[in-house]
Amino acid sequence: MPKELLKVKDLKQYFPIKGGLLGRTINHVKAVDGITFDVYEGETVSIVGESGCGKSTTGRAILRLDEPTAGEVEFDGEDLLALSKKDMRKKRKDLQVIFQDPYASINPRQTVRQILEEALEIQNVVPKNERAKKIADLMEVVGLGAHQADRFPHEFSGGQRQRIGIARALSVDPKLIIADEAVSALDVSIQAQVINLMKQLQRDFALTYLFISHDLGVVRHISDRVIVMYLGKIVEIGDKTSIFDNPHHPYTKALLSAIPVPDPDAQSERVLLEGDVPSPINPPQGCRFHTRCPFATERCRVEAPELRNIDGMKEGHMGACHFMEEIKNGTHQVE
Amino acid sequence: MFQFIVRRLIQTIPVLIGVTILTFSMVRLIPGDPAQIMAGESASQEQIELTRERLGLNDPLPVQYFDYVSGVVTGDLGNSIRNGRPVADEIKVRIGTTVSLAFYSTLLSVFLGIIFGVFAAVRRGKLSDTLVMIAALFGLSMPNFWLGLILIQYFAIGRDVLFFNTGWFLASGWGTWQQMVLPVITLGTAGAAIIARMTRSSMLEVIDQDYIRTARAKGVKERIVVYRHALKNALIPVVTVVGLQFGALLGGAVITENVFAINGLGRLMVGAINSRDFPIVQSGVLVFAFLFVFVNIMVDVIYRLLNKRIDLN
Amino acid sequence: MVKATDILDQEPILEVKDLQTSFFTDKFEVKAVDGVNFAVPKGKTLGIVGESGSGKSITSLSILRLIQNPGKIIGGEILFKGENILKKSEAEMRKIRGNEISMIFQEPMTSLNPVYTVGQQISESFMIHQNMSKKEAMKRSAEMLELVGIPSPKQRVKQYPHELSGGMRQRVMIAIALACDPELLIADEPTTALDVTIQAQILELMKDLQDRLGMSIIMITHDLGVVAETCDYVAVMYMGKVVEYAKVRDVFKNPKHPYTVGLLNSLPRHDIDLGDVELQVIEGSVPSPDNLPKGCRFAPRCPFATELCHEKLPDLEQSDNGNQIRCWIYTDEWDGDQEVDVSAKRTT
Repeated sequence: MPKELLKVKDLKQYFPIKGGLLGRTINHVKAVDGITFDVYEGETVSIVGESGCGKSTTGRAILRLDEPTAGEVEFDGEDLLALSKKDMRKKRKDLQVIFQDPYASINPRQTVRQILEEALEIQNVVPKNERAKKIADLMEVVGLGAHQADRFPHEFSGGQRQRIGIARALSVDPKLIIADEAVSALDVSIQAQVINLMKQLQRDFALTYLFISHDLGVVRHISDRVIVMYLGKIVEIGDKTSIFDNPHHPYTKALLSAIPVPDPDAQSERVLLEGDVPSPINPPQGCRFHTRCPFATERCRVEAPELRNIDGMKEGHMGACHFMEEIKNGTHQVE
Repeated sequence: MFQFIVRRLIQTIPVLIGVTILTFSMVRLIPGDPAQIMAGESASQEQIELTRERLGLNDPLPVQYFDYVSGVVTGDLGNSIRNGRPVADEIKVRIGTTVSLAFYSTLLSVFLGIIFGVFAAVRRGKLSDTLVMIAALFGLSMPNFWLGLILIQYFAIGRDVLFFNTGWFLASGWGTWQQMVLPVITLGTAGAAIIARMTRSSMLEVIDQDYIRTARAKGVKERIVVYRHALKNALIPVVTVVGLQFGALLGGAVITENVFAINGLGRLMVGAINSRDFPIVQSGVLVFAFLFVFVNIMVDVIYRLLNKRIDLN
Repeated sequence: MVKATDILDQEPILEVKDLQTSFFTDKFEVKAVDGVNFAVPKGKTLGIVGESGSGKSITSLSILRLIQNPGKIIGGEILFKGENILKKSEAEMRKIRGNEISMIFQEPMTSLNPVYTVGQQISESFMIHQNMSKKEAMKRSAEMLELVGIPSPKQRVKQYPHELSGGMRQRVMIAIALACDPELLIADEPTTALDVTIQAQILELMKDLQDRLGMSIIMITHDLGVVAETCDYVAVMYMGKVVEYAKVRDVFKNPKHPYTVGLLNSLPRHDIDLGDVELQVIEGSVPSPDNLPKGCRFAPRCPFATELCHEKLPDLEQSDNGNQIRCWIYTDEWDGDQEVDVSAKRTT
């Protein structure tokens, strides 16, 4: 059994909404509302969901880019939320992040070499006299070539810039990389290159990935386990085969069936969801999905379901729905 | 909307208190004895003591301030040192003139500024665009006393051109349209230039927006695309500039009134400063500040009416 | 040279012949659309698919002649119902836009004017093209909202765009586009900015409206799934040129051009487990448009490219299965391996 690298327990992230005459906090956006999951060493866990589900907020909360409202984040046996700001900065050596738009997160006036040098200097992982060699190595590893180190970010294409982002994340020998929509902005042909690179690097450097994405095709290819979120809650979690081939939560099923398949002969039975995702400011009572769920009953409107495993689900595969058995057996009745 | 206006009015209270504290302190902070200052330079010791008693300068400061504010609220602003008349009356007879001068000038700046701004934006990069923007730069850089004098020279005193004389307007006073044209141009030109530049850049930004493309894709005429779809959006940031511009306009009014011998607040102020008539200076500043705050509330209201994206509450 | 209409089973409503649109900067000309040919069948959907820089969006804007400075249509013909609309006056063109040919765009969040109500924006189409009174147009606008599946349309017409969600706004865009019952609807990445469950709603709506109203659609997208699901014919574009043009099934089941094959193979699928293998990739990246390859645009990235490919640009030719392909492999002049199998999975 591999050991847990990251343990997230009952994590909450509320953002206050100011208003009124005196600018008091009048309400909260409950972006993430009590989620619990573990990430094991060496695996790739993906968080999927539509905009507003809280997947990116989760990543930011783990990194403490926004301070979480409540909950526990344990990384490599250490409570991240208890660390001082200074210790947290040091800890970021082990937890790196790659964003969707690498251009927005790198200084356009620095050459790639300066960018990488800065990262190495901050965490001081490599002695000064070895840094040049380390940078050359990194450039080769991400497939850019050492000869390109003295160029500026704008001289690179989108895919190459994402490689720079990866090189920077790798430079400090992290244990966990949180990739927030890291390949979403790339064209398909370039996206495939970056995905392959990330998988290669995972093998070579024993990396653990928390992969946040809305693209379920990419997620299926890259992940070991998948977390499906809806309105700040986990609705289903499991190994990827279970999630994709044996989904139990009505939302997961609808989500999967909504994706167009690149095959004109594919006969998909689509579960078309009505309406929009409700606002996370005043999320629905009970099960958050009940407003759009074709199976919703009175119980769903009142009682929030917990994640649980039922017969026919693999170990570790859990869904948060009151009626998984009934829906599966076809005995569910909507009153 | 009503709630917004009420809230906005409430929010101005601290500003107004600040303004009264400032004008109140003005007299008390300048070096020398306020009683002597208020009584005038040639006053005798007895008069000074009398003034001190009358102005309540022997009372503790908070009491003085309270008296001052209650005076302001009830319209009692004290008496002019120079002629002994109530300051409130002096201001009352002139405020209409200054406000109308400022109003017409603002109207002119907005009118010319938007027309030329849109004109330049639509002809982006062409010669006419460049010429309008050079003209705007001139309008912006001309000191308005100088512009006023030039206008008087050419259009009041006038020049003989062919068979007629260009002295169409009057160089002093306020009331008839012949008297009003030149001061309004003098005061409005700089504002027109600023608004033209702002309108142009705002239009250029809006014209590249997706919804402009949508309008074109609907088959809307280019003229209507510009004036109905683009302009209304482009005006949103311009309105803010107009509000700020009004402050500069009040400053400019002081000069313009003097150049054109208009008996308004600005001229009253300059006269009062020259003769150290502090009660008038004090109240003049107060009135200008109130006007500025009031205009900015109006601007906020208009801004919100234009910009549907801002929730009124 | 083949004709784009050759592969159609229906009459074309629109035929684009050798369309060229360029953008001019001080230093050089960027050929965004460089000799594009395709035809749109009546009542059916043509997909134009390609990655960024392929020129697919510029092509669609060219059809409505909405290209703004410094862009310019510099050649070709666009035959709409047999008439070349590039020859029409601006006033004639305005009568076509929003009336006979309509368009919806990628960003529903920014494609509606923020200072006018939804009703005012739909009404405008009725007032321009059908001389309706304001009141009547507003009534019809509410009916259009109902048609595109927006609940309580009478209240919604009075709302401003910011009060609606992204999916709702895209429905409003569709309502505006369909107001005057156009014969052709151009949809430029209509669902790219939307979440998948909302995308499914919008695609379903478009399909349903096509069945009911019978308009033809040009669906511009980078998403091969959307193409497979919604289109009858497909034109695959790469660097300003159509490289493959065929019936949708032929493109997906029997792709011929190495670029089409590469695209399909590099796509990770949610419905198939590929196992722990590397995705097939198209090596390299799209060259800068101001520095076009001399020969076939795809040659620098093509695993099969020969000297011929690097030197000379191939024409669009009909292959034996009916696909129109711009590739030397399917010509008599091919100087490479005669047995080359483009669609074979390469082992890495």
